[in-house]
Amino acid sequence: MISCDEATLICDKSQYKEATLAEKLKLNGHFFQCKICRLYSNQNNRMTFLFQIKAINCKQHKNCLSQAEKEKLAIELKKVKV
Amino acid sequence: MGNMKVTKRKKITVHLILLKLKMPQEKIILNPDKWIDKYADYLFNYAVVRVNDSDLAKDLVQETFFAGLKSAKNFQGKAAERTWLVAILKRKVIDHYRKINSKKGQAEVRMNFYNDGEHEGSWIEERVPQSWDNDSEKKLENEELKTQLDMCIDNLPEKYAMVFRMKTIQEFETEEICKELDITASNLWVIIHRARTQLRKCMEDNWFNT
Repeated sequence: MISCDEATLICDKSQYKEATLAEKLKLNGHFFQCKICRLYSNQNNRMTFLFQIKAINCKQHKNCLSQAEKEKLAIELKKVKV
Repeated sequence: MGNMKVTKRKKITVHLILLKLKMPQEKIILNPDKWIDKYADYLFNYAVVRVNDSDLAKDLVQETFFAGLKSAKNFQGKAAERTWLVAILKRKVIDHYRKINSKKGQAEVRMNFYNDGEHEGSWIEERVPQSWDNDSEKKLENEELKTQLDMCIDNLPEKYAMVFRMKTIQEFETEEICKELDITASNLWVIIHRARTQLRKCMEDNWFNT
């Protein structure tokens, strides 16, 4: 049987849908005997939900330089070019 | 008859592709005077989603332009100007990752599992997940939650936070992160695992069970 450390690593990997079939089988075998990791898995789903909300918020935000920052950058570049 | 037409069309397509391959490609010439207007925002956004620090991202963009000017004579004109600048910036991001990866004395993630002895791989007692309050479902919709989550992510060691953000928040492919940061997939998963177990504990202590 795999350890709790290995099981939770697979559990995390499966949150991104990247656990292999063999890993999923090992994980389910572990869950059968370990209620702590079952609880971890349950809470992990909620954490993923939180991260997804954060991901959506972040993607809506576009990072740009201000005009002043661009001008400052242009001055610095000019110094190097000269 | 129909088949002959299709074959002929295929032959013409193949011929055109071959002709295009034989034709000399137009050489791209660098135009540093236009770099800021054309690429500064793109490069800044590229950097900031990776390092999550706008001051550092600005420095990286500036260094990229400097390096671009310095090595302009080596530009062969085969890649687009932006692609070439992004390649330089990628190196800067890797250098940054290596720097934070080798920092001594930086905050480490707290271990959640025994790493030796007869309990190796088992939960350390005080780190065992606790049941969350019954109203934790409601708490998932609270606005203050975002601030708390940001605080927990900011408490991660920098390299863990960087990999975690790229994989989970920016939703980059595993392969892409490994390539960009020059790490193996198993290394990435260990980092993600440690980051997530620490985040779970942080949210449990500061949000779900308060």
